[in-house]
Amino acid sequence: MRELSLHILDVVENGITAGADGIAIRVEESVPDDRLQITVQDNGRGIPAEKIRSIDDPFITTRTTRRVGLGLSLLAAAARRCGGDIAVSAPPGGGTEVTALFRRSHIDRAPLGDMAATLGMLILGNPHVDFVYVHRLDQNEFSLDTRDLRNQLEDVPLNDPAVIQHITASIRRALSDLAGGDIHATTREDTHGKDDH
Amino acid sequence: MAKMTIEDLKRIKETTLKATSLRQGDARVKITVHMGTCGIAAGAREVMNALMQEMAEADRQDIRVVTSGCMGMCSSEPNVTVEALDSEPIVYQHMDANRMRQVFRRHALLGEVQTDFALAKM
Repeated sequence: MRELSLHILDVVENGITAGADGIAIRVEESVPDDRLQITVQDNGRGIPAEKIRSIDDPFITTRTTRRVGLGLSLLAAAARRCGGDIAVSAPPGGGTEVTALFRRSHIDRAPLGDMAATLGMLILGNPHVDFVYVHRLDQNEFSLDTRDLRNQLEDVPLNDPAVIQHITASIRRALSDLAGGDIHATTREDTHGKDDH
Repeated sequence: MAKMTIEDLKRIKETTLKATSLRQGDARVKITVHMGTCGIAAGAREVMNALMQEMAEADRQDIRVVTSGCMGMCSSEPNVTVEALDSEPIVYQHMDANRMRQVFRRHALLGEVQTDFALAKM
């Protein structure tokens, strides 16, 4: 995948397919430690212990319609390509936690990309799911909790298109502020860094 | 710590509330964007982005957008299914932002099936 935010979208969709109604996403970047770590936690039905050992094998999937699953194998390959790795755990109580670690400065590390679009569309497509997003870059942090937004909006549905547009735009702004106003840190997919300015 | 701009949200809430209370009907058209690994890798998010913009502009409460997983036709992703009330669901293939806009404006809004982009009738 061209962006890490697409991997995140994919892993979160897995969790929602597994019946989750609560998703927590953390992106932690440290320039001095040269790390970028992504954690996705869900409260879905988890993964059976015998499958978790070979989780990044594309021929292992909890799906029963087909015998191939690519999502986590692609993420594992992306992380290992950049001197990192993934870890997947599913406690017996339910839920799954996927952690992917990258060497931040590695030449093969895909950009985080349009995280705002990923979040906007997750919120739009899954109105029954609560999302928490925390993004830390060294000392700076951005956080978003859809439960707060729901409280603010009261009777207006969170997945109203106008609301989603506003939320996406304001996440995009906040994340670009987080990166010190570097607009290239959060490229928009429709331009993909090709905008001339 | 950066936070969402709550003031703007309140303003949006007021304008949206007025619009929604007028017509709280059932969905007449359902648009499904297939977002499996294959769809996402092929550009489903960009398609969804365009659809989101169109939805916000059209301001139609009788059109519902949902996401779903892979439907097994990975080679024709991004796939989008448009299901209008009382007619067969149409699966569109190889979608991109422009095709999505066209399908939304012609099929979802006006009921004209865009056969050029269609993969199948379900």
